[in-house]
Amino acid sequence: MKRTLLGAATLAAILGCGLSPALAQQSIKIGFISTFSGPQAAIGEDMRRSVDLAVEHLGGKAAGKPIQIVYEDDQFKPDVGKQKSEKLVQQDKVDFVSGYIWSNVLLASYKSVVDEGDTILIGANAGPSQIAGELCNKNFFSTSWQNDQTPMAMGEYLNAKGVKNLYLMGPNYAAGKDMLAGVKRTYKGKISGEDFTKWPDQLDFSAELAKIAQVKPDGIFIFYPGAHGVQFLKQYVQAGLNKSIPLYQVFSIDAITLPQQGDLALGTLGAQEWVNDLPNEQNKRYVADFKKKYGVYPSYYGAQSYDAIMLIASAAEALKGDLSDKAKVRAEIAKANFKSLRGGFKFNTNHFPIQNFYIQETVKDADGKVTVKTIATAVTDGKDPYYEKCAMK
Amino acid sequence: MAELLPALRTPRGVVTVLLLLLLAALPLLTQAFDQRYLLSVGTRIVIWSIAAASLNMILGYGGLVSFGHAAFLGIGGYAVGILSAEGFASGWLQWPVAIAVAVVWATLIGALSLRTRGVYFIMITLAFAQLVYYLSSGLAAYGGDDGLNISRSRFPGLIDLRDKATFYWLCFALLCGTLWFCSRLVHSRFGYVLRGARSNELRMTALGFPVFRYRLVAFALAGGFGALAGILLANDGAYVSPAMMSWVKSGDLIVIVVLGGIGALFGPLYGAIAFFAVEEFLPPLLNLMHRGWGEYWQIVFGPLLVIIALYARGGLDSLLGRHHG
Amino acid sequence: MMDYLLIQVLNGVQLGLLMFLLAAGLTLTFGIMDLVNLAHGSLYMMGAYFAWTLIGWTHSFALGALLALPACFLLGVIVEVVVARRLYARDHLDQVLATFGLILFFNELVRAVWGPEGRSISVPAFLNHTVTLLPGVAYPAYRFALIVVGTVVGILLAWLVARTRLGMLIRAGASNRRMIAALGVNIELLFSLVFGLGAVFAGLAGLMAAPIASVKIGMGDDILIVAFVIIVIGGIGSIKGAFVAAMIVGQIDIVGRAFLPDFLKTFMGAASASAAAPAISQVLIYIVMAAVLVWRPTGLFGQRT
Repeated sequence: MKRTLLGAATLAAILGCGLSPALAQQSIKIGFISTFSGPQAAIGEDMRRSVDLAVEHLGGKAAGKPIQIVYEDDQFKPDVGKQKSEKLVQQDKVDFVSGYIWSNVLLASYKSVVDEGDTILIGANAGPSQIAGELCNKNFFSTSWQNDQTPMAMGEYLNAKGVKNLYLMGPNYAAGKDMLAGVKRTYKGKISGEDFTKWPDQLDFSAELAKIAQVKPDGIFIFYPGAHGVQFLKQYVQAGLNKSIPLYQVFSIDAITLPQQGDLALGTLGAQEWVNDLPNEQNKRYVADFKKKYGVYPSYYGAQSYDAIMLIASAAEALKGDLSDKAKVRAEIAKANFKSLRGGFKFNTNHFPIQNFYIQETVKDADGKVTVKTIATAVTDGKDPYYEKCAMK
Repeated sequence: MAELLPALRTPRGVVTVLLLLLLAALPLLTQAFDQRYLLSVGTRIVIWSIAAASLNMILGYGGLVSFGHAAFLGIGGYAVGILSAEGFASGWLQWPVAIAVAVVWATLIGALSLRTRGVYFIMITLAFAQLVYYLSSGLAAYGGDDGLNISRSRFPGLIDLRDKATFYWLCFALLCGTLWFCSRLVHSRFGYVLRGARSNELRMTALGFPVFRYRLVAFALAGGFGALAGILLANDGAYVSPAMMSWVKSGDLIVIVVLGGIGALFGPLYGAIAFFAVEEFLPPLLNLMHRGWGEYWQIVFGPLLVIIALYARGGLDSLLGRHHG
Repeated sequence: MMDYLLIQVLNGVQLGLLMFLLAAGLTLTFGIMDLVNLAHGSLYMMGAYFAWTLIGWTHSFALGALLALPACFLLGVIVEVVVARRLYARDHLDQVLATFGLILFFNELVRAVWGPEGRSISVPAFLNHTVTLLPGVAYPAYRFALIVVGTVVGILLAWLVARTRLGMLIRAGASNRRMIAALGVNIELLFSLVFGLGAVFAGLAGLMAAPIASVKIGMGDDILIVAFVIIVIGGIGSIKGAFVAAMIVGQIDIVGRAFLPDFLKTFMGAASASAAAPAISQVLIYIVMAAVLVWRPTGLFGQRT
């Protein structure tokens, strides 16, 4: 009897739950998928804060219509990400989907959103080569970068700087392999060693660091995102290697990890497409307001998410709030007629941005706090190496 | 068939029949109420029920706790994925190959694993699953852990798996087939030996049954049906990735089987429904109570599992009343 | 070259000792209470978070770490009384389910209380240098301290198990639980103590690992599998087995990472070697475990049933 009642209640809930959102099409609905639980939740938090700030800066409206953001947690799992993407497209009937930190989550959800759902997807972080190339789609746009571009920029910089030999370290999964392959695309010096460490459970880099101490390269290039960046840096400094071998990194030191890395990160150089000290008005406002509201600096994850919202708002404004003709919406988005935190912004034929990449150094600011400062531009108007594989021209 | 009619008059029978009818009619209902998303959820529930049913064969009936079952899903999925990527789109080729590979692998590792007992068995099955997991993560040609986007299997002239309703009905039919197979298994001599060995292995051996061989066959069957679920998963999302076979997924499968009722025929179905229902509806429920709480739904789900483990022995199936006969 | 080898061996020893601390608690609860405790990794995590908070309050690494240990003991006892106690009579499956639920609970709890960002514990100033073990061989002082602490704890544990009454009860309980209950020993108290002790070791491992790694949500979940592999290789219930297995795993891991790529390069192209080495390294401990189990189905020092 109990179960029958429970079962009936569940069925009622199932049928009832779906009936709500068909009404609110007077607003601009944006679905945002990120990671809000588990060890990577800090990234999702940064993105969410930036999205909320963007909506606040817009006054909560675009083209007179209220903006509604629906956040969903992918739990760092591709199948959950796909499930939530389907929910956003099929049940919540959002006008746009954005977010996606991880390549595998994006790839898993891709078809459901851009093909079956015919909904515009603005990728705010993940940039796998497949989507830049053969899987490109008229419904997909990226406000971030393609995975290979950032390490390629670092490679160019290292050439310019005259670094003769380099030791590479990264985690043994798709992104790690892409990053190390990316730097090898452009770097012309000698690769004195390459180590892939276990992902995600390698706690300890002592073996590899001991090897590096033996080999004595001119520099170490690493890719260790999130908490792994904190781990690596600590051990690198504890091994005393920071005194003799400079560290070059991509995505291993950012505004989220810097509070934990602190002084240990001083002197390291990193490549990125968005830097906090870009000299344009909207970026200054973003960084200042973010710091004021949340007490910490934003990271590039957040900056990309902010840009995604601003991009959508610009398209909505241009169409005076009428999102019914998808072809027109796509055309407006492709124009990228908005004030990006990166200054100018334009899309390549595969809907990835053509953009600059900068080199940042970790330094102490005037108040003695550790922060990052731009010291060079490594690449100007860089295009990713896959756009020619894309059928869109 | 004879055992069916009296069973239908019990509360369990009524609920089960209603559930099956609801599931059978789901595409029509979701069409009528414009709830496409519910069809996606339903498809997922049905596929995971098949996966849980395959685990139930060895876990429920055999008492063998395998912590590496998700690997078979992965093998099924990747076989389809790799064949698809290499240009062999026909389902008639892909599906039998996928199931065959899984059965062969299951037989191999079963032969090694079944020599151990208890937690050692749990760990060795986990080890073999991790092997497959890391192997697939290392397949750079097929995406590694980025996964692989594929096209769905083709059955030219017969059915088009890209149509959601058709695909759902295929999965549902396969679920019914799997459950029918399980019921035949349970009531066959093979099943009795297996269940007997679960309660008292020594006795069954003394009676002259080669228990090891029976278990090995059960293990291979479980692997084959697990691969079937994997094939369907690959076709559902047109995507495969190593995440399909992480140890967390194996853990989820165990949770589903236990939730539903170990060794119960429809246990896998109840378990899958409960598992996905909780994931879908607990967050909004918590959000209703207090805004922002929904995100922390696992603070409630965790203890819920603890309570179920402690007080709902026999899972959901046991709440439906005692078994007759 | 010998210096380099020595450093790598020390790295393996240090890693092994850390894993031993984690595995010791697990093998105790498993051996004596026959409890599969998936939440052991959560106790490891809580040790690190407690230490972070306490170090923050006391502004002293040593004091904070010392205070974190009784906190872990208390947590262990609470978990035992509220949950674990009810699971002893159950089969492994119910235990897996319940402790799996605990993992989810603790991860979300940590996120709610400490936030999603993760925390950092710095190496204490008095250990923030290198020690010169031999001329030309400089080894990080903190890691050396880990080796010392791990060894001391290992010896203490061995003494506890072999020479004290509690240890005798633990060994007796591991072979025949019912008998010691029949002999009038307060089983409930014993089990709470053992569980609490296991929590202390796990927490100690967590807080000691923190300055090298980081304090983050779910930090124990991935390590947990390795801990299980170790206790299975060693034989469940055997502290000696856990120690030996942890040392083996530590050495295999380090040696694998240090020398495997170069070894593979001798007969493979450089690119394939770079790709194959981490893959092999990753599955190596599982292969070793599977091999051990095929040879000895109850582990190296496990009870033959």
